[in-house]
Amino acid sequence: MTKKTTQPKILFGLDTFGDIPTDKDGKLMTHAAAIRQVVDEAVLADKLGIDVISVGEHHREDFSISSPETVLAGIATKTKNIKLASGVTVLSSDDPVRVFERFATVDALSSGRAQIILGRGSFTESFPLFGYDLKDYEILFEEKVALMAEVLKEKPVTWEGTTRAALNDADIYPKTESGRIHTSIGVGGSPQSVVRAAKYGFPLMLAVIGGSPDRFVPYVDLYQHAAKEFGTSSDEIGIHSPGFIADTDEQARRIAWPAHKTNFDRIGRSRGWPPITREHFDYEIDHGSLYIGSPETVAKKMAKTIKTLGVMRFDLVYGGGPMPAAAREHMIELYATKVIPRISELLAEKPDGKK
Amino acid sequence: MAKNNKPALGIIGAGKLGVTLTRLALKAGYTVYIAGSGVASKIELSTKVITPGAVAVTAKEAARRADIVILALPLGKYRTLPVDALHGKLVIDAMNYWWEIDGEDEALKNPASSTSELVQAFLPGSRVVKALSHMGYHHLHDEARPKDTPGRKAIAIAGNRVADTVTVAELVNDLGFDPVIIGNLASGKKLEPGNPAFGANVDAATLKTYL
Repeated sequence: MTKKTTQPKILFGLDTFGDIPTDKDGKLMTHAAAIRQVVDEAVLADKLGIDVISVGEHHREDFSISSPETVLAGIATKTKNIKLASGVTVLSSDDPVRVFERFATVDALSSGRAQIILGRGSFTESFPLFGYDLKDYEILFEEKVALMAEVLKEKPVTWEGTTRAALNDADIYPKTESGRIHTSIGVGGSPQSVVRAAKYGFPLMLAVIGGSPDRFVPYVDLYQHAAKEFGTSSDEIGIHSPGFIADTDEQARRIAWPAHKTNFDRIGRSRGWPPITREHFDYEIDHGSLYIGSPETVAKKMAKTIKTLGVMRFDLVYGGGPMPAAAREHMIELYATKVIPRISELLAEKPDGKK
Repeated sequence: MAKNNKPALGIIGAGKLGVTLTRLALKAGYTVYIAGSGVASKIELSTKVITPGAVAVTAKEAARRADIVILALPLGKYRTLPVDALHGKLVIDAMNYWWEIDGEDEALKNPASSTSELVQAFLPGSRVVKALSHMGYHHLHDEARPKDTPGRKAIAIAGNRVADTVTVAELVNDLGFDPVIIGNLASGKKLEPGNPAFGANVDAATLKTYL
């Protein structure tokens, strides 16, 4: 567990699902090239001092990463300081024992930089793929979080449930050098998920992918109340939201819009919602949860959210949709060299605007 | 009837949609009984913190104590509803078939009728009206506005009895939206996923062009 300091540092991360970028000629990359692109971007982020790279787990054509910890292992040996997180690991359709083994391995390769974010994910294509029934959605997550909490203690585990074979005094390897893999729970707005995270003492990652971030203020309160009730710690709350940064606001919207629309409409087709309008896109940038614009615009919006929710970590989901690889790389540079320093300045300002 | 002469609301489903509707209803001065999928104690803490003022109860209790009951649970679970306790009640169906939660369900995916008619058939003693189903929960949260606000967003209502749709229209108005009554329960099909009105976060005039 982290120690409380008087001036806690806010962590800034990047998060990707391994969307397929376009190359110099505007052609979609292969899945393999998209994965190598993420590794290159993580190396860049590490050089520039970004705190965390999170990679999500999806099992769809439009996202290249289905096995986050394998990608993280690739990043691990090429980087020095950046934390290596999943975002999220779909625990319901995975096995907590194997999740631990894989992340403990990444932790070894990276000398202690592995992190897990457990979640249910908003996509559920992993269920039929791995032979799980969506009707068991609740119980699968509930039981596996409970088992995961035990496994993470790195002591022999005795456990019995309905969703996998029982464990009797089972020791699980490799052990980590620190004795603990940093593990959070990602939640999307279900109050019971927030309570569950507090119950097991897991840090909370709020996935805010649309609408005003302010509406999550009560969830932060709930997490703190619940942690107090369960006697667990509640000082680590982070947020994950999508964004894109370019040199100017106009340029950022121009590059992000077609990629975002392609991404959103493809998902919408399978879920039965109509194509996204430009008006909605602009609304989300101006009032909702899209952090898109110049470094100044994005820094101001992120700083506002950090202040409003009191979060200690912000993972910006980058590269949504088929976006030029070069634009993604430029975004990472702007994030590290302009946005993050500017947010620190903004957060240091007193409410009256004076330093 | 509860305070302000407003009907008491029961909200079955304490997830994203149920919580959002509870917040809007409390703000509008309604008494709200909210229920999750299990015992009341499971949602007591979250109710106290996120929707202070609402009363955490079981689904059966919410149905029994409320005048109007809003269904905000996953559609795939509608067969778990307390049929007897809902007898004689006005029931608002805010549910949609969402395969990523409900699983592949042929009966729900390609029903012969609207999904609200399936719910009505399961609740023969209740009067089912479809409403509050087409707008995403975060839009419901962000877009609620007082009556007569220019550009106020609209919510479509489908039901078989005019009196019931008018009652629901009053509730929709109180929650912060312009009600648009579109016809009988079968016409609620136009609000389901895959149709232009699904996901609609637009004003009344625009919503009508989608229907």
